Amino acid sequence: MPLFDYAPAPESRAIVDIRASYGLFINGEFVEPGGDAGRFKTINPASEEVLAEIAEAGPSDVDRAVAAARHAYETVWGRMPGAARAKYLFRIARIIQERARELAVLESIDNGKPIRESRDVDIPLVAAHFFYYAGWADKLGHAGFGEKPRPIGVAGQVIPWNFPLLMLAWKIAPALACGNTVVLKPAETTPLSALAFAEICRQAELPPGVVNIITGAGGTGKALVEHPGVDKVAFTGSTEVGRAIAKSVAGSAKRVTLELGGKAANIVFDDAPIDQAVEGIVNGIFFNQGHVCCAGSRLLVQESIADHLLDSLKRRMARLRVGDPLDKNTDIGAINSAAQLARIRELSQVGAEEGAEAWSPPCELPSRGFWFAPTIFTGVSQAHRIAREEIFGPVLSVLTFRTPAEAVEKANNTPYGLSAGVWTEKGSRILAIADKLRAGVVWANTFNKFDPASPFGGYKESGYGREGGRHGLEAYLAH
Amino acid sequence: MPTEKKASTAKKATGRAASKSVAAKNVAAGSAPEADAPRQVTTAPAAGAPRLAVRKTYKLYLGGAFPRSESGRSYVVNSADGRFLANAAMASRKDVRDAVRAARAAVAGWAGATAYNRGQILYRVAEMMEGRRDQFVAEVRAAEGGSAAHAGAVVDAAIDRWIWYAGWTDKIASVYGNANPVAGPFFNLSSPEPTGVVGIVAPPESSLLGLVSVVSPAIATGNTVVVLASDDRPLPSVTLAEVLATSDLPGGVVNILTGRVAETAPHLAAHMDVNAIDLTGVTDPELATALEVAAAENLKRVIRPPAAAPDWSAEPGVGRMTALLETKTVWHPKGV
Repeated sequence: MPLFDYAPAPESRAIVDIRASYGLFINGEFVEPGGDAGRFKTINPASEEVLAEIAEAGPSDVDRAVAAARHAYETVWGRMPGAARAKYLFRIARIIQERARELAVLESIDNGKPIRESRDVDIPLVAAHFFYYAGWADKLGHAGFGEKPRPIGVAGQVIPWNFPLLMLAWKIAPALACGNTVVLKPAETTPLSALAFAEICRQAELPPGVVNIITGAGGTGKALVEHPGVDKVAFTGSTEVGRAIAKSVAGSAKRVTLELGGKAANIVFDDAPIDQAVEGIVNGIFFNQGHVCCAGSRLLVQESIADHLLDSLKRRMARLRVGDPLDKNTDIGAINSAAQLARIRELSQVGAEEGAEAWSPPCELPSRGFWFAPTIFTGVSQAHRIAREEIFGPVLSVLTFRTPAEAVEKANNTPYGLSAGVWTEKGSRILAIADKLRAGVVWANTFNKFDPASPFGGYKESGYGREGGRHGLEAYLAH
Repeated sequence: MPTEKKASTAKKATGRAASKSVAAKNVAAGSAPEADAPRQVTTAPAAGAPRLAVRKTYKLYLGGAFPRSESGRSYVVNSADGRFLANAAMASRKDVRDAVRAARAAVAGWAGATAYNRGQILYRVAEMMEGRRDQFVAEVRAAEGGSAAHAGAVVDAAIDRWIWYAGWTDKIASVYGNANPVAGPFFNLSSPEPTGVVGIVAPPESSLLGLVSVVSPAIATGNTVVVLASDDRPLPSVTLAEVLATSDLPGGVVNILTGRVAETAPHLAAHMDVNAIDLTGVTDPELATALEVAAAENLKRVIRPPAAAPDWSAEPGVGRMTALLETKTVWHPKGV
């Protein structure tokens, strides 16, 4: 029993107003889906309570949404001066700031992530993203993609459930800034913040059809990316689906960017500041329940400090608070869905069966909802599935190395290449190792930092294209 | 050299290959008046007549060596007006795989070389080409037809293209990279890096300028390449290989395979150790789609065939370089 225990500090959910059911947001209005559509429920993964009924868009709805986006592109948005587009995006950014608390609570309820993260990371970054790209809208000729770069047309965008509104911002803000219109499909388990964003578009008086939100599962997403009226496909999600999309657009003129899976190495050298490294490791793998494509899911620790580091890490993990996402003290919230929980359990089981040793701090998990205790596996070899496959949960695989060359070789020994971490006090070593890592983002003496000005995206099977920064414009400009 | 061993092994297999229509027929059919002129079939010289010229064997360029195809196969290459020019090596699936292995082995050294050094070597390629200008003009003219003046202009443009990209090697990172002003106490820098091994289907029509225009931007930034040369106009690519081999370009950075693109390209597009594929030279839309589908298996970066025939004489822009670059962003906290 600790000297002082935490008292519950729940954020009020009274600030959000969730409707019983939602239609599709097409051409500036919420509309009922067509005859070929069904309905599904979105639940709170921390309680399994049903939050709302959601429309499942069928092919005819995708047609309608793409047609609305096309019409808006040709008649309004594609020909609007950049300065005017910028003002709409600034308006959206401001409204997001004004409604930040509401959006944070809504996100935590639908996704299961701790309110501390949605309040301090997700929603502020959403607003920042719209501010950032708003500023580009009338300066595109200075971005290095030609003097008068043109938009591409209609973008079909499919986003994942781990950062629902932030991924929406990553997709919609640069698309609109460049003069494209969009049809966006949020993930089936986390549609609510995207539907709230539809209302924000109305508050901002964004012209109808510029942003269309269609809800549904994989079939809806497939219909969207394969729709012949879509000029540009942007997808964030699994490598498996990304591969299927790359195949489906083959032979077409569609432009594609894919932000896919990862299995990032977080490399800790013997001269690293241990306490900071431990914080970075925890942030790297337990941030957002490990539902992060760039999560530092493989810890590579130099052999000479492995025992010491693991002792510190375990001490720190024993202080992590798992539970109610709306409690402001919570570090680790709910796993997003039953399916994801099953996947995490299965791979953890495989890890144990293959001979790795699991350790979790004592922690009491709520009886309802989807939960998984923070876990580390030691004695992991490169051949183990938990060292190769993306678990997408709060599960860390620990491997060791002796020399810098061995660290680099192990770090790069993966088909993925999204991110990596390096911890050492030696500056020249940071730069040399960062040069050799085949990953799109390298965090040195930090981890899981994001900013709208900073490009993000992978090497190899982690996908192609960059989101964020000046580089993020390229995906939405014709060339 | 392992490649030479393969070549000698292949010789033994010639008997089997000879039964095919594409059999090697390295029989001296006549002489050419000049070593660097297009070959012509003439009658055998009588005693006391001018010296019989020594012909060149057109082989693959693989890992810095010049092996025949491991398959032992060759095919007839004719000039634009239908004269016999040579028997070129007909690369096989195994040659594709050997070339990818050579290209992969060369990545660390070439990507790790300084941009200045890569620029020096690309400039050296231009110097070596200039020295062989007449030979290139004769080969381009034989392959593509047209006037000597036109062939000369094409060769000049190809030489100048190397110089253009030689100058880019140490500038593209300044133009395409960024210092990013993030909202926090962090150093944050985005820099372009080569994507790795690039498979290239060279343009079928433009045998030299088109070839140089797709190879030079890929290697300028540190990629290594496996190039499938023009099916029917492969000879200038072999002479280019001889230039590359004498330009201090490390072996394996450029590997050139002659043969049938429809046969070799699917293996290149499906190879899991290739990072990107440039389909500029694919003219059959069905083949292009099939290659793009195969490339998706390991999410290769794909340069699709152009919608219209490219004007290779125009200034290329940076697109061919940036399409084969990755952007790496490095963060570090600031603090005292």
